[in-house]
Amino acid sequence: MPEKPSTEPEELPRAHHDLGGVAKYACQPVDTEPHALTDFDKQVDAVRSILGAKKVMSVDELRRGIEAIPEETYHRLSYYQRWIRSIADNLLRRGVVSEEELRAELERG
Amino acid sequence: MAELAPGRLVQVRSDWPEARGPAHIRTPHYLRGRRGRIVRRLGEFPNPEDLAFARPAPKLPLYHVAFDQAAIWGEGATGDELLVEIFGHWLQEVPAQ
Repeated sequence: MPEKPSTEPEELPRAHHDLGGVAKYACQPVDTEPHALTDFDKQVDAVRSILGAKKVMSVDELRRGIEAIPEETYHRLSYYQRWIRSIADNLLRRGVVSEEELRAELERG
Repeated sequence: MAELAPGRLVQVRSDWPEARGPAHIRTPHYLRGRRGRIVRRLGEFPNPEDLAFARPAPKLPLYHVAFDQAAIWGEGATGDELLVEIFGHWLQEVPAQ
């Protein structure tokens, strides 16, 4: 059971959301400025809170759904856009909403 | 696995469940296969790997594990450590050398 060598081959099957220590981020300064929340951000957070309080979905399921977003989309979406995508995925899986209902609401705008 | 006492040398399993299909893993990729030292037992918590899929989640021990920072990041002063929360099923005991 030898310890892994410190120079790490890049071909490890790291999941795309598992970003700790990834070289490209080590080379960029970290943005530590506070970000104002938009109305959309607050609405998504409120929906998540209600679904948690009513035991419809857990924070762990939220995270699983975020991690399941395909890599290209994941890096394009904002923090709360990832949340709503995961929430929609979880509600579809549980049958809380149907694909038709979701589609109709999205088309209604 | 028996309870891991503070000071015990451990090695994080070099396992990659995410490569085998849908998974939710709280053990960061950069610690797989690494050796660390048990600092304290934090208690028992339902396994998030099951909670993430709404499966029944048995409670598992969670530990604070310290890792030598320089060995992992290649930077930092002597004695700098990373302190990470890791569930017991990810840890193997390392025989004393």
